[in-house]
Amino acid sequence: MNPAPLPPPLICLKGVTKVYGHGQAAMAALRGIDLEIGQGEFVAVMGPSGSGKSTCMNILGCLDTPTRGGYQFRGVAVEELSRNQRAMLRRHYLGFVFQGYNLLNRTSALENVELPLIYRGLPAAQRRAAARQALAAVGLSDREHHTPGELSGGQQQRVAIARAIVTEPAVLFADEPTGNLDTARSKEIMELLASLNREHGITIMIVTHEPDMAKYAKRTVCFVDGLVATDEPAGGES
Amino acid sequence: MLWNAFLLALREIRRNVLRSFLTILGIVIGVAAVITMVTIGGGATAQVTQQIASLGTNLLIVRPGQHLGMGQRGAASPFRQEDVTAIAREIPAVAAVAPSASQSVTTIFGNANWSTSANGVDNRYFTVRNWTIEEGRMFSDGELRAGQAVCVLGATVRKELFGGQSPLGSKIRLGKMSCQVIGLLAAKGQSTMGRDQDDLILVPLRTFQRRIAGKQDISLIQISIRDGIDTNKAQKDIELLLRERRHISVGENDDFQVRDMKEIAQMLTGTTRILTSLLGAVAAVSLLVGGIGIMNIMLVSVTERTREIGIRLAIGALEREVLLQFLVEAVVLSSFGGVVGILLAIVSSLGLSALLNVPFILNPGIIILAFFFSAAVGVIFGFFPARKAAQLDPIEALRHE
Ligand SMILES: Nc1ncnc2c1ncn2[C@@H]1O[C@H](COP(=O)(O)OP(=O)(O)OP(=O)(O)O)[C@@H](O)[C@H]1O
Ligand SMILES: [Mg+2]
Repeated sequence: MNPAPLPPPLICLKGVTKVYGHGQAAMAALRGIDLEIGQGEFVAVMGPSGSGKSTCMNILGCLDTPTRGGYQFRGVAVEELSRNQRAMLRRHYLGFVFQGYNLLNRTSALENVELPLIYRGLPAAQRRAAARQALAAVGLSDREHHTPGELSGGQQQRVAIARAIVTEPAVLFADEPTGNLDTARSKEIMELLASLNREHGITIMIVTHEPDMAKYAKRTVCFVDGLVATDEPAGGES
Repeated sequence: MLWNAFLLALREIRRNVLRSFLTILGIVIGVAAVITMVTIGGGATAQVTQQIASLGTNLLIVRPGQHLGMGQRGAASPFRQEDVTAIAREIPAVAAVAPSASQSVTTIFGNANWSTSANGVDNRYFTVRNWTIEEGRMFSDGELRAGQAVCVLGATVRKELFGGQSPLGSKIRLGKMSCQVIGLLAAKGQSTMGRDQDDLILVPLRTFQRRIAGKQDISLIQISIRDGIDTNKAQKDIELLLRERRHISVGENDDFQVRDMKEIAQMLTGTTRILTSLLGAVAAVSLLVGGIGIMNIMLVSVTERTREIGIRLAIGALEREVLLQFLVEAVVLSSFGGVVGILLAIVSSLGLSALLNVPFILNPGIIILAFFFSAAVGVIFGFFPARKAAQLDPIEALRHE
C-alpha cells in the first residue's frame, strides 16, 4: 500500500481562464490562474482595478463558470457538478459578499440575512435568532427593520456581510467587504473576519485595495492583468 | 419545501403591493366582465324563452281588419259568435277557440282606482294563453251563460286596488258595473316588448258584451291547434272559412288576419340569439384584454425580478425552489384575482339584471372557464419567464439590469 495521500487542498484552480465576449470583442479577464488555498487560510487578494479579481472570486464562489481550466473544491471537479449540485455547494459550504452587495430590495435587513437560512430549512425561531446575532456582529442591531433603500452604502455592505456569515460557511468569499466603510468600521469588520477565521476555522478570501486591511490576512495574492503576479505570506510588502 | 415556497411567495406579494394589485386587477376585470356579460345574455335568453312558453304554443290569433304592414290594420267588421262556432265546428285541427273582446275601463275599489283593460272571455281563454289561477277559480258555466257580474284579476290590478289584502269575494266597480272578484291570475311579468302582461281584468264574454261594450262584437279569436298538426295548414283552412263567411270574392284581399304565434316567437328568439352572441364576443374580447394585461405585468415583473432570482440562486436556492416560489406566487395572485372577479361579477350581474329586468341565472361553466383562463394566463406568464431567468448562471442573472 502507498502511504496515505495528502488530503487535497480545499480549493485548487488550474489554468483558469475567463473570456468575455466573442470574436473581435473577446476580452480575457483571466488568462491562466493557478491557485491553491488550504483549509483555514485567510487570503487577501489585491491588484489594480480590472485585473480580474472579481471575476476570479465569482468563479471560486461557483457563481460563474471558467472558460477553460479546472476548479476543484475539496478534490471535487466543480465543472462536472450539475447546476443543482453547485447550488447545494453554495448553500452548505460557501458564503459570498458581493462587491455590489446584491441585497433584496424592499426587504428588511433581518429578512435579507435570514434568506440563506430559509433555503437551509432552519425553523423560523432559530433563523431569526441567528440573523439577529449576525446583524449584531456587524453592528446593525438597531437597523434590523430597515430596507436597503433606507440604509447607507456602508450599512448595506455590512448587511451583505451578515448574510454571508450567518450560515457559518466553510469558506467565505468577500469582494471588497470594506470598500465603503471608514477606517474604524473597516477595522472592526476585519477583526470580525479574523476572529471567524481563528475561532471557527472558516477559510476566508477577501479582495481589498487597502494594504492596511490585507494585513489581517495571512497571505496576499496579487493579480495583474488576469494573472497571479505575486503570492506571498502577509506583511511581505509593507 | 412547498411551505417554504409558499412563505417566500406570500412575503413577495406583501412586499410588492402595487405589482400584486395590478396583476390582480387584470384578472379581476377579465373574469368579472366575461361572467357579467354571459350572465346577462343568458338571463335575457331565458326570459324570452319563458315568455314564448307563456304565450302558449300552437296558437293562432285572428283579428278583423286588413294587414297594412307595421302592425296597422284597416277597419273591418268585427267577428260574431257564429264565426267562433263555425271555426270550432268545421276545422278539425282546432283544439280550442277562445273568442274575446276588450276595452279599457276604470276600476274602483274603496278609494283606489286603476285604469286597465277589461277582457270579455270564456274559460278556453285560460288554456290558450297559458294563464293559471293562483287563487279562487275560473268562471262557472252558469256565470258564462248568464253573463253574471264576476271577474278574475291580473296580478297588477290586484296590487293596485287591494295592496296586500285578499280581494276574493270583494266587489269592485268596473265602469258602470259592480262586479265580484272570484279569482286571481298568477303573475307572468313583463312581456319581451316591455308590456305588463298582468295589467288586465277578465269577465265572462257575455257580461262584457252586454254591460261594458253594449254590443255583440268579438275583436279577437285565439285558436289553439292540436299538438302534432301543421299550423300552416290550419291557418289556411281558417282563412278560407272566414273568407267564405265574410263573403270576400276571389280577387279581393282578406279583411282579417290570421297570425301564427310561432312566427313571432321565432323572430324573438332569433333576436336574442344575436344579442347573446354579441355579448359573448364582447366578453371574449375583454377576457383577452385582461389576459394581455396580466401577461404584461408578469413579463415586466419577471424581468425586474431577474436580479432577485440571481440573488436567490447565489445564496444557494435551487432552480426548482425559485420556480416553485414564482409559481405559488402566480397561483395565489391569480386565484385571488379570480375569486374577487367572480364576486364582483355576481354583484354586478345582480345589479344589472335587476336594472334590465331579466332573470339572474349564473352559468357555472363560464365562471370556471373565465377563472381558469385568467389563472392560466397569470401562471404561464409568471412561470415561463421566471424559468428562463432561473436557468441562468447566478452571476448572469445578477448582471441583468
Ligand atoms: N460581464 C462582463 N463582460 C465583459 N467584460 C467584463 C465583464 N465583467 C468583467 N469584465 C472585464 O473583465 C475585467 C476584469 O473585471 P473584474 O471585475 O474581475 O475586475 P476587478 O479586478 O474586480 O476590478 P475592481 O477592482 O475594479 O473591482 C475588466 O476589464 C472588465 O472590464
Ligand atoms: Mg471587483
